[in-house]
Amino acid sequence: MRLKLEARPEPSHAMKYVSPLIAAVLTFVAGFVLFSALGRNPWNAFHAFFVQPVDDLNGVAELLLKASPLVLCAVGLAVGFRASVWNIGAEGQLTAGAIAAGWLALAFPETESVLLLPAMIVAGALGGMAWAAIPAFLRTRFNANEILTSLMLVYVAVLLLSYLVHGPLKDPQGFNFPQSKEFHEAALFPYLIDGTRLNASVFVAAAVVAVGWWFMMRSFGGYTMRVAGLAGSAARYAGFSATRTVWLGMLAGGATAGLAGVGEVAGPIGQLLPSVSPGYGFAAIIVAFVGRLHPGGIVLAGLLMSLLYLGGESAQMTLDLPSAITGLFQGMLLFFLLGADVFINYRVRIVQPMRGATAPAGV
Amino acid sequence: MDYLVSILVATIAAGTPLVFAALGELVTEKSGVLNLGVEGMMLVGAIAAFAATAATGSPWTGVLAGMLAGAATALIFAVLTLTLMANQVAAGLALSLFGVGLSAFVGKSYESVSLDPSAPLTIPILSDIPLLGPVLFSQQPLVYVSWAAFAGIAWFMYRSRPGLVLRAVGEAPKSAHAIGYSVITIRYLATLFGGAMAGIGGAFLSVFYTPLWVENMTAGRGWIALALVVFATWRPARVMIGAYLFGGVTVAQFFAQGEGAAIPSQFLSMLPYLATIVVLVIISRNLNTIRLNAPVSLGKPFHPEVA
Amino acid sequence: MQRNRIRKTLFALFAAAALAAGATASAQEPLKVGFIYVSPIGDAGWTYQHDQGRQQMEKALAGKVTTKYIESVPEGADAERVIRELASNGYGLIFTTSFGYMNPTIKVAKQFPKVVFEHATGYKQAKNVGIYNARFYEARYLAGIVAGKMTKTNVAGYVAAFPIPEVLQGIDAFTLGMRSVNPKAETKVIWINSWFDPGREREAANTLIAQGADVITHHTDSPAVVQAAEEKKVYAVGYHSDMSKHGPNATLTSAVHLWGDTYTKLTQQVLDKKWKSTSIWGGFKDGMVDIAPLNKSVPKDVADLVAAKKAELKAGKLHPFQGPVKDQAGKVRVPAGQAMADDKLAVLDYYVEGVQGSLPKK
Repeated sequence: MRLKLEARPEPSHAMKYVSPLIAAVLTFVAGFVLFSALGRNPWNAFHAFFVQPVDDLNGVAELLLKASPLVLCAVGLAVGFRASVWNIGAEGQLTAGAIAAGWLALAFPETESVLLLPAMIVAGALGGMAWAAIPAFLRTRFNANEILTSLMLVYVAVLLLSYLVHGPLKDPQGFNFPQSKEFHEAALFPYLIDGTRLNASVFVAAAVVAVGWWFMMRSFGGYTMRVAGLAGSAARYAGFSATRTVWLGMLAGGATAGLAGVGEVAGPIGQLLPSVSPGYGFAAIIVAFVGRLHPGGIVLAGLLMSLLYLGGESAQMTLDLPSAITGLFQGMLLFFLLGADVFINYRVRIVQPMRGATAPAGV
Repeated sequence: MDYLVSILVATIAAGTPLVFAALGELVTEKSGVLNLGVEGMMLVGAIAAFAATAATGSPWTGVLAGMLAGAATALIFAVLTLTLMANQVAAGLALSLFGVGLSAFVGKSYESVSLDPSAPLTIPILSDIPLLGPVLFSQQPLVYVSWAAFAGIAWFMYRSRPGLVLRAVGEAPKSAHAIGYSVITIRYLATLFGGAMAGIGGAFLSVFYTPLWVENMTAGRGWIALALVVFATWRPARVMIGAYLFGGVTVAQFFAQGEGAAIPSQFLSMLPYLATIVVLVIISRNLNTIRLNAPVSLGKPFHPEVA
Repeated sequence: MQRNRIRKTLFALFAAAALAAGATASAQEPLKVGFIYVSPIGDAGWTYQHDQGRQQMEKALAGKVTTKYIESVPEGADAERVIRELASNGYGLIFTTSFGYMNPTIKVAKQFPKVVFEHATGYKQAKNVGIYNARFYEARYLAGIVAGKMTKTNVAGYVAAFPIPEVLQGIDAFTLGMRSVNPKAETKVIWINSWFDPGREREAANTLIAQGADVITHHTDSPAVVQAAEEKKVYAVGYHSDMSKHGPNATLTSAVHLWGDTYTKLTQQVLDKKWKSTSIWGGFKDGMVDIAPLNKSVPKDVADLVAAKKAELKAGKLHPFQGPVKDQAGKVRVPAGQAMADDKLAVLDYYVEGVQGSLPKK
């Protein structure tokens, strides 16, 4: 007797919801083994990872605050990924957006105008788009693969920011440390709940999710891009421009990553620092796929990813688990989530052994 | 002259971890599998190699351990993406997260260990050739292995029948399946090979180049290796050029700094990345070279029944 | 920045007395002390030294404190959350051990006026936020003397991370120390734009060696530079921690950070409810920096000279930036007969004479 995967005639609707539960059960089992092996009470560990971070209002606020940049980047990336535009440089586009918005905030240090923050939001989106436009241009004009160009431009953007905060944008009163002046009130997102850091940038994220949902699910442009992603040649025959697809896919990712950059510098950071993101642009790629490139899924995946980060901190704090365990545990959970999705399109069949039958290879 | 020799010697050493990881990833991608977990596999390879070398005193046992550990890490990816048909991009990124965490966790007890440096292997007579001698024939032994690996992979890919099958699987998995090849088995093997090579790349770093273990010591080289495969338009020879170009520009900007170039160092540090983009743009302009080389089914799952 | 003079002997007596007192009145709940680290602890480097300090303090105040650290906390948006998490979980004293934690520390401190915060290497104080830093450059100056005596090529190499004052103080003090015994010697600097990348640290070290440096040192976090020197048979000066085990023949000495006494002292003050927000910038005199034992290859006369200079630094008779200090253009920045004032030293942004290359103009 052996197990065999068999393609379902059509994707199982029920499994779309059951597969995350399977992943949860597997994570639970693996976590139990892992934490027991480390000599920790697994219940305490699960509590530290999944409950403790959100057991008060501040925790929930932090969860949303950290999920916003992930969700923002992931929604924009998903637009491109659906059309097989492989922008993996959201981290650089986020940084470019932060630079553009930060520059604007520092250029108008006196203003109390309510227009400054909206202008920064626009500048951030444009900054991210400008950075994403480079791979788009090189791809459409010179046929240069965007995986390489967008990734390389991440390093360039981070070094550019480093140069700026060590040089032209350095706070003159900052004892020559690499940081800009702190932004003034008008350049910061207002807080939403007293005593927490949750600020109005979550509305930006919510709006982007809504727009992303409309574009991907309801608009003709989103439809053409989906077709382009599924069958490039079919799309070309139907008269959809490959060039336009690349531009749209790259710019969507750039814009939302840029917005995430604004959310960071005009939110919890409040100034330009040598590093404005602990890797949101890369983590967002995972979020996009774990969310199955669907805006609703991305929101859930973003919240989960955010919870895992917070959980890692609280596991360090309450259980003395080294930070390395967090990466290990995160990776495992993602493996299960990604692996369990197989049941959406396939089902397991028990195959009775037959004499002389050759086993299907590799399954 | 001596100066040039120093730059070139350093260039080759700096490029070698990239050569291993990128050549391995090239074979993986040629079979149609896109594994973005190179960074994670390199790190797992690095710590395994370091631990084995520390335990046995033999760097070659270390290299073997790094190779096996890299392949074992790739196996997780292969099961996920080839058997369970998970998304390759996401699974690869998750593998990187996992590898960083795993290596850091395992490595805790090796942080205080320092290995003896290995002397370069100088090949008599050949190493006396002016310029070329010291550059090409007085290197760490693994450097020669990387050249052998390059020659072997180039021969395999373009001259051997299994290489032809591998490419066919990457180009047209349905046809390959139809004429009786097991697409999944071949992709498994290619993925494991990629992991093993990434593991050797990690071993080169932790056992030969900087013989120590520190968390996250690959510092992004896995990502560069991935980019180099694209840069090389999936051709082994161009992987070598790309790796040495990247290493060379890195080393050259250090030399420029040491000589007192008055350019902000951040801009100099950007050079390797910018140079790679510029050269890619130049070679990509000829559309045919790309079309002919990028594996058509790259990143797309394959299931025999659906085929 | 003002200097906080520590009377070490008095303090030791005081601590012993407090310890005895604590033994009798131990009913009190132990003070929870938290540490935020920017990188993993590892076996050497910036965070490792802070953790050594934490352990020393925990041992010295055993029974009266419990300590906790959170490692690998990125500077930026995440730091504030982690600091707040500690503050809201009953930690009475929190050390934030990297410059990038400055603004987050200040922000959290406003919300938790009863919690004491100590921030390393920054410049913002508050009623419940003290700051502390060490005069690493004093140890650099001594290391420079050793390098100046040992170099044959008269070229020293310096692998550096980012051009911030702390790093420039080190480069300049090293060069001044070296040229105080060997006026012909010069320093070459390579910036790698990363605190931590062993491969690139190594490449930079190899480059400097190829360019004629026979003593190399680093202001980056891994022992890769020391290893490179060991392999290429040149000398090295370690930084942060004693790096000699990574290069037993190469390592002349290391400029070492010592935080333990400061941590014990500050924690004791909080225990005694005598803590006040201060700015500490201590050097040899305060036991906050030191140099690791010299390599056996260092001749006795050099060792004696270094010991003498160390004694002068300890006694406050020697200042590494004693005038005349000229910058690269030959302009006198500190006139003869004066030492560089702390406020100038804290914002140092130029190379002194003897450092090759140039810092980019702003």
